[in-house]
Amino acid sequence: MSGVAIVAGYALRESLRRRVFAVVLLLTLLFLGLYTFAVVKVFEEIGNFSTERNLGTLDPTGFVAATMLGLGMFAILFLATVLAVFLTLGAVRGDAERGLLQPLVVRPLGRTSLLLGRFLAAGAVCAAYALLIYGAALVIVHQASGRWPDTILAPGLTLAGGALVIVALSLLGSVFLSATANGIVTFMLFGAGLVSGLMQSIADAISSHSLGRIAHDIALALPFEALYQSGLHALTADQSGFTGTLIQLGPFGSSHAGGPWLDVWVLAYVVAVGAVAAWGFSRRDL
Amino acid sequence: MAAALSVSALRKDYGRTTALGGVDLEVGEGELVGLLGPNGAGKSTLVKIVCGLVRPSSGRAEVCGAPAGSREARAALGYLAELFRFPGWCRAGEVLELHQKLAGSAGGAAERRELLELVDLWDARERRVEAMSKGMQQRLGLAQALIGGPRLLLLDEPTSALDPVGRRMVRELLERLRERGVAVLLNSHLLSEVELVCDRVAILSRGHVAAAGRPSELSHASGVEVETADGVRRFPGAVREDAPRLVAQLVGEGAAIYGVRVVSTSLEDVYLEAVGDDAPEATA
Repeated sequence: MSGVAIVAGYALRESLRRRVFAVVLLLTLLFLGLYTFAVVKVFEEIGNFSTERNLGTLDPTGFVAATMLGLGMFAILFLATVLAVFLTLGAVRGDAERGLLQPLVVRPLGRTSLLLGRFLAAGAVCAAYALLIYGAALVIVHQASGRWPDTILAPGLTLAGGALVIVALSLLGSVFLSATANGIVTFMLFGAGLVSGLMQSIADAISSHSLGRIAHDIALALPFEALYQSGLHALTADQSGFTGTLIQLGPFGSSHAGGPWLDVWVLAYVVAVGAVAAWGFSRRDL
Repeated sequence: MAAALSVSALRKDYGRTTALGGVDLEVGEGELVGLLGPNGAGKSTLVKIVCGLVRPSSGRAEVCGAPAGSREARAALGYLAELFRFPGWCRAGEVLELHQKLAGSAGGAAERRELLELVDLWDARERRVEAMSKGMQQRLGLAQALIGGPRLLLLDEPTSALDPVGRRMVRELLERLRERGVAVLLNSHLLSEVELVCDRVAILSRGHVAAAGRPSELSHASGVEVETADGVRRFPGAVREDAPRLVAQLVGEGAAIYGVRVVSTSLEDVYLEAVGDDAPEATA
């Protein structure tokens, strides 16, 4: 068995057996419970709303289903980020300060293998988590509305990809920063991504090209946000007319098609982040 | 055959602070060498460079002929860090299994059993690390360091968390390892322990080897004591060869002699002499 696979297996077991996983599981169940309650209630409400008013070409069920799924995606990315950060925030410097890393590093496997193993394990857990919860949200919305989104798989994959980007960034931070500092920085980066989404919405509303450009560049610099925007866009790709316009005013204001090069950019970005992390780790005295 | 450990002109600077200022040291196959020195003398830095945790600023360190830090060097050594921890969620047997995989050891369950029995932890093999006492974790660390049959064992304060029974167990273990040809570099504050088990000692002070050699070579006569009817008469500065003359002189003066003892400096005296003002942490 290769060193990478051994470390990945070890980190995977660690992910599942640490208390943090139980906490995340509990929070997830809480989220899904509240989400189900909200979805059911909102579809009860739109029944009354649509029969009392003349809504013209608006499809209230499609509108609310897309809106609730968009909100769900936001929450899922946030929860996946929390999981990614907790699994990786102390992977290098934090573990070294606690004396956990040294017995592993002196073994014949290289430091790059160790880092890669940690990335694969945390990435697999976080991506699977994002896909699972996204699937649960889809089913909940479908049960309440009878609708499926325009694209089913792509939004889930963008969430999983976003989680992988955050795992890579958090691992990079763990090489240079203490666990606490790394956690703070990673959440701040996540916040910066959200801000770029808001900036994009404002830029679209006021037709500001320069603001839109800045928001676009930030989203590419933090590609989990670009992936999220691309996922939102895929969710309502076929919505048009009044319903489509109304959806853009909601949580989909920042949705943008990623384009054919986004996946390539994300892959190159993760590889580059990993290379910098490996370089920093190889030079670190433990 | 290459020495188990060969260190030459090894230097490590942390910014303006020099941790090691050009250290030379050799540990032969099956040799047990004690590394002594006060806190901050550079002992742990030396050990960490040898096992590849710290990069040297200059100089050379080789493990069984391979550059320290290389894959070949790391495959040839076992290491017990001064401050280490195993994941609390892991069971004792799982810790060893993981390290067997990482070390490429084919020993399997038989090796795990042998090592756990060696450190008296077989009955605790299913216990989680977080439920173990510090001493048990230290013994598990020792077992981990022995996985794969290393040719060089680096032990950084291996008895720091152990009670007297545990310390004796480590001493006996070191004797057995020496018989099996395993070279050991033992970093310890406990002079008496080092004196008991080590073939040679190296005393580090401020990043330099202040003294090195066999404990018997390092110690020297520091006087003769003669027990007479009037009490013990001390002759500081006298050596073994002076004893017959001193006895004859005292007998000639009419004294009754009950015993004669040539006094030698202890390792502690040698240590204090070597490190001078740098020795606040010396313990017997």
